[in-house]
Amino acid sequence: MSVLMQAEDLRRYYQVGGGLFVPRAVVKAVDGVSFTLRTGETLAVVGESGCGKSTLARMVTLMELPSSGELFIEGEATSQQNEAERRRLRLNVQMVFQNPYGSLNPRKTVGAILEEPLALNHRGNRAERVATARAMMDRVGLRQDQYGRYPHMFSGGQRQRIAIARALMLNPRVVVADEPVSALDVSIQAQVLNLMMDLQDEFKLAYLFISHDLSVVRHIAREVLVLYCGRPVEHGTKAGIFENPLHPYTRALLAATPSVDPLHSKHTAAVKGELPSPLNPPAGCAFASRCPHATDRCTAERPEWREVEGRLVACHFAGSV
Amino acid sequence: MSGAENPSAATAVNAALPMPSAARLFWRGFAENRGAVIGLGVMVTLLVLAAGAEFFAPHAPIEQFREYFLVPPVWEEGGSWSFPLGTDDVGRDVFSRLIFGARLSLVIGFSVVTLSLTCGTALGLTAAFVGGWVDSAIMRLMDVLLVFPSLLLAIVIVAILGPGLFNAMLAVAIVALPAYTRLSRASALAELARDYVTATRCAGAGRLHLMFSTVLPNCLAPLIVQASLGFSSAVLDAAALGFLGLGAQPPTPEWGTMLAGALQFYQRAWWVLTFPGLAILITVLAFNLFGDGLRDALDPKLKR
Repeated sequence: MSVLMQAEDLRRYYQVGGGLFVPRAVVKAVDGVSFTLRTGETLAVVGESGCGKSTLARMVTLMELPSSGELFIEGEATSQQNEAERRRLRLNVQMVFQNPYGSLNPRKTVGAILEEPLALNHRGNRAERVATARAMMDRVGLRQDQYGRYPHMFSGGQRQRIAIARALMLNPRVVVADEPVSALDVSIQAQVLNLMMDLQDEFKLAYLFISHDLSVVRHIAREVLVLYCGRPVEHGTKAGIFENPLHPYTRALLAATPSVDPLHSKHTAAVKGELPSPLNPPAGCAFASRCPHATDRCTAERPEWREVEGRLVACHFAGSV
Repeated sequence: MSGAENPSAATAVNAALPMPSAARLFWRGFAENRGAVIGLGVMVTLLVLAAGAEFFAPHAPIEQFREYFLVPPVWEEGGSWSFPLGTDDVGRDVFSRLIFGARLSLVIGFSVVTLSLTCGTALGLTAAFVGGWVDSAIMRLMDVLLVFPSLLLAIVIVAILGPGLFNAMLAVAIVALPAYTRLSRASALAELARDYVTATRCAGAGRLHLMFSTVLPNCLAPLIVQASLGFSSAVLDAAALGFLGLGAQPPTPEWGTMLAGALQFYQRAWWVLTFPGLAILITVLAFNLFGDGLRDALDPKLKR
């Protein structure tokens, strides 16, 4: 399995404020994320709102450049490329968005939406583009008579199928899915997830699957990367993370998943407190203020990334608590 | 019971029908709106009248009939068929002047709207897309233009450029610019934040494609409304400049100039004032109706 994408210590900082009476400050939206994505794999990035998931998605699709760190797409480093090269590399990474109501151009028909990526890159003539678009509609389960319809005539699930079809039109190697099913009904979620998994096998895709919904992640992911406050806290295989979470935050996330098991709520404790402000992140572990096992060491010293039980985890006491 | 079997047959027929062409669909959407069709009809009539003014008008627009000062329209006491809408204070036929005046007024209205709409939209989109200091510079310039009362600003511009019809149109277009710039910038910013723009960028679109093919069509609705309202203010502003001797020079027939020059007669000869006013009103109304229909026909959500 070849490596399609590799991120090395990606960081993205934003300058905020700097007005007349507002002091300048730096928001560390993403602070040191690394991962490797291979053909046919799905890496799920999980975390609560504001943990930097979407900023990561924007960096991976080269919409934004990292403040530091390096992103390799098919082995090519992206930070030193010029604009034209970067645009060529960008085509290998396509995106599926969370809100199917905002991700399709309301003025274009389904056919036009699907053909646009091909036309923009001068692939094929008009007849070939129409044929490709129609074939892709078949592939994602849209009827042929829907070719000339506008997005507002479709339901959320169908729109998400259109969005997936559009993302695949350019034969990308990596698809970044930013919460692709969280706006859909549960019954439709499963259909769309199964469609994505079928397409992954067929097109040999790698997914970077961003989600806050662990039951969805359990269904689709192979590896899981947990983010907290822009920092990675745990990275490992799905089985490892779900069966034996090492970081206290991962445990809290898993405990927060709704369950029909009546005993479930008895042996879990909800996490108290709020996310620390990204403007003023704590010096030590970002999770220390909410962690039931926190000690003085946690608030003072930032835990380094280390390997425990075949997994990467950033916690001083991983494996011992 | 037969009704229960029919839907599937109907769907099959629908599926077999080829998708009608884009122009056909557009016309179908447009024709659904009766007001818009009436507006279009009035505009076409006006254009024909203006183009064939020599043919339709009974008299030359600047010909004076010295025995017939302020003759009332034909249905009033003392009116005559040779001057269907009466004559003005120097004995010129109002009807003929209106027909010839349509030429100039339509040209003024259309060119001012076209000029301010294109320049304003281009500036607004540039401000929204480039951002940073370019955005600030454009928008502060527009704020400066907004600060002055519109007529005063137009007078200043004409005074700088020199009097004449073309310069007056240019001045009126510049005065109208901020409205279009601000509207297009605001709607472009709103659209830019939406995911379909990001998706198009991901697919490899350049900035120009994003601006004009992706974002602009979605910003059109408020711009069309503003343009159809801008037509009337363009005609009236140009008239005001004409009144001050800075626009169309008398005796050139022009609706605004006719209106402005007849203000003193509003009590004793209402027709000199009323008909140019009605002409402007009808044109503006037609333009607004047409604009509404255009906006709706361009919006796929309103199509069946």
